[in-house]
Amino acid sequence: MPKRYLYIWFRYLSTDRLSKVHPELQGKPFLLYASEHGRMVVKASSQPLVQEGMVPGMVVADVRAIFPSIEVFPDEPEAEEKLLNDIAEWCFLYSPTVTTDLPDGLILDISGCPHLWGGERPYLETITTRLHKGGYHVRLAIADTIGAAWAMARYGNSPIVEQGQQSDALFPLPPAALRLDSATLQRMEKLGFRQIGQLMSIPRTNLRRRFGNGLLLRLGQALGTERELLKPIQPTPVYEERLPCLEPIRTAKGIEIALQRLLEALCERLFREGKGMRTGTLKGYRIDGKTVQISIGTNRASRNAAHLFKLFELKIPEIEPALGIELFSLEATLVEEVSETQEALWAAGSHNQTAIAELLDNIAGKVGMQAIHRYLPQEHHWPEKSIKAINSLEGQPQTVWRTDRPRPLHLLPSPEPIDVMVPLPDYPPLHFRYRGETIRITRADGPERIEQEWWLQTGPPRDYYQVEDEHGARYWLFRLGLYGNGKTQWFIHGFFV
Amino acid sequence: MKALTGKKEMIKQLKEKIMTMEGFNTGADSRQLDFGLGPMNAAFPGGSFPMGTIHEFISPTEACAAAANGFLSGLLSTLMRRGGICLWISVGRKLFPSTLKFFGIEPHRVIFVDVRLRKDALWVMEQALKCHALAAVVAEIRDVNFAESRRLQLAVETSRVTGFLHRQHPLTQNTLACISRWKIRPLPSQTTGGLPGVGFPCLEVELEKIRNGRPGVWKLEWRNGAFKHLPAQRPAVSTHGLSKKERSYA
Repeated sequence: MPKRYLYIWFRYLSTDRLSKVHPELQGKPFLLYASEHGRMVVKASSQPLVQEGMVPGMVVADVRAIFPSIEVFPDEPEAEEKLLNDIAEWCFLYSPTVTTDLPDGLILDISGCPHLWGGERPYLETITTRLHKGGYHVRLAIADTIGAAWAMARYGNSPIVEQGQQSDALFPLPPAALRLDSATLQRMEKLGFRQIGQLMSIPRTNLRRRFGNGLLLRLGQALGTERELLKPIQPTPVYEERLPCLEPIRTAKGIEIALQRLLEALCERLFREGKGMRTGTLKGYRIDGKTVQISIGTNRASRNAAHLFKLFELKIPEIEPALGIELFSLEATLVEEVSETQEALWAAGSHNQTAIAELLDNIAGKVGMQAIHRYLPQEHHWPEKSIKAINSLEGQPQTVWRTDRPRPLHLLPSPEPIDVMVPLPDYPPLHFRYRGETIRITRADGPERIEQEWWLQTGPPRDYYQVEDEHGARYWLFRLGLYGNGKTQWFIHGFFV
Repeated sequence: MKALTGKKEMIKQLKEKIMTMEGFNTGADSRQLDFGLGPMNAAFPGGSFPMGTIHEFISPTEACAAAANGFLSGLLSTLMRRGGICLWISVGRKLFPSTLKFFGIEPHRVIFVDVRLRKDALWVMEQALKCHALAAVVAEIRDVNFAESRRLQLAVETSRVTGFLHRQHPLTQNTLACISRWKIRPLPSQTTGGLPGVGFPCLEVELEKIRNGRPGVWKLEWRNGAFKHLPAQRPAVSTHGLSKKERSYA
């Protein structure tokens, strides 16, 4: 089958992207810049500016001299590349083989595709209209070779080059349409080559001597005498399983059976590919046209069907089958690699971490992920800051847990103010009132002064005392502030064993 | 004589059988673990701290709650000595993880589950007790009724996980399906030679009831990472024997 290629040229990709993000920029003159050698150079300008002759490569200061009120934005090549990749993935609608041509083009191998849209012209029009609706200025061309499609999209007049007609179509185009480097182009300009047709009539040996092999290669690629390979982008795999039902399903038991079948199929596939599910969604398509769905998340990538079923099972009551569900689909929306060696290690370890991770998934599904905490030590003196909460099961402490200072087993979420009787400054109290009760102190240790960490917050220091009352209850009290230096206030902060 | 030893053997076997039927762990691992409780072991069925069941702790005051958590942490450190992870479920938790290190527990090996509703706490505890991979499960729940405690006990009987049910300020002290009921109170600490300051934590441990055991009261001190029994006829701490200054601040 003869090859056919489609080239899509995004004329104003970067400015189109920006006006999609900021709709108020639509149709206004603005430009994108990047600094080069200490100057702000125009990288892309919007359509109204280009019509005024402000093309990329100019200095921003020059443009500002002409348009004083122009808006300028920094150029983001990474974002454009990502956008181009996203559009390329969208183009899988039209062809199975898509390649990005950085910075602003897409190449589609459309051999055998256009007839599905009723021919090349409707095919081309469909893509153009959809991209225009999406807010992109595009030019498309279809030809037998990538080179010819490239040239026609950028420099040609007719979007479709009939089979075998590329040499006629390329004849009147300038040499720049051959994807040559600027040095070669300059030399051609000097020698008076204005059209590709002029080059075609010159013997190859002469061309090679003057311009090198590069020109011959490009010319051959455009005319179809040289092969050009595409490096197609890989579509991200979709982990989805579907289960149509003969009769609409209305019972919880029926949903469970459907879910089990879907999970088995999906987990088998995940197992084959060495992957595990982190988040998943079960969708039910009801016969009244609505969809119902439940989602789960796991702490660790899992492909254990029984475990995943348990997580989904908790949410099955949320599904309203109404008149019945005719189609179920289960999709793993986030998939991660599962390391085999790790799995082996857990099983061999004295404590089975997978079982615990599965238990935590179960708990998180019921009471929420925010309810589960683990703590690691932090190098701070301030008691509230001496620990930090982490999410993962694996995190190990970077520093040691300190035991050189007494710390209470029960720490109040925030210190509570108390009334005290203190005989002398810097002495522990004789008694204090806490929640309407007077507590007499018989023994005390301290003070342990903890200063504010000035690089984080400022304020008076705390003087901590460990005190014991006549019944043996032990408390952690502190005085905020220093005597003779403004107001002081006593607080209770915890209970010792 | 021969008949007598045969009879003794038979009685011993029967006793063990009854214990197993009543949900006690008579497996090998319960005998390997020494909780360092010394003379207290005589109170337990089989002469060792019962594992694979649920123990109930009752604390009427804040100070008692801290003391109970301290005693519990001491037991937990033995349970977690062989590595393993503990789940700590609570509603309105006050426990400061860093301090667990004083009781020989690596605080990062404890996973805290902080829920808002009592119902959720019970659900989480039941799920956790079913997970045989955990070393222990601690739950701070205020009120539990008999039916709920029986569910927990059933969960524990298959998984053999040790559970601790800590009830702070309970409205009623109703009967539960737990193996034991503990009440821990703080005691005034003792310093060597009557020096001023606060000494090692001292606790009065009351085993109010225990199935197939003997209830009792003991006085313990947590010192250097182990429980130590205090002499029974210890003089009660009173301010009479101290000088005026010591009486003020000790």
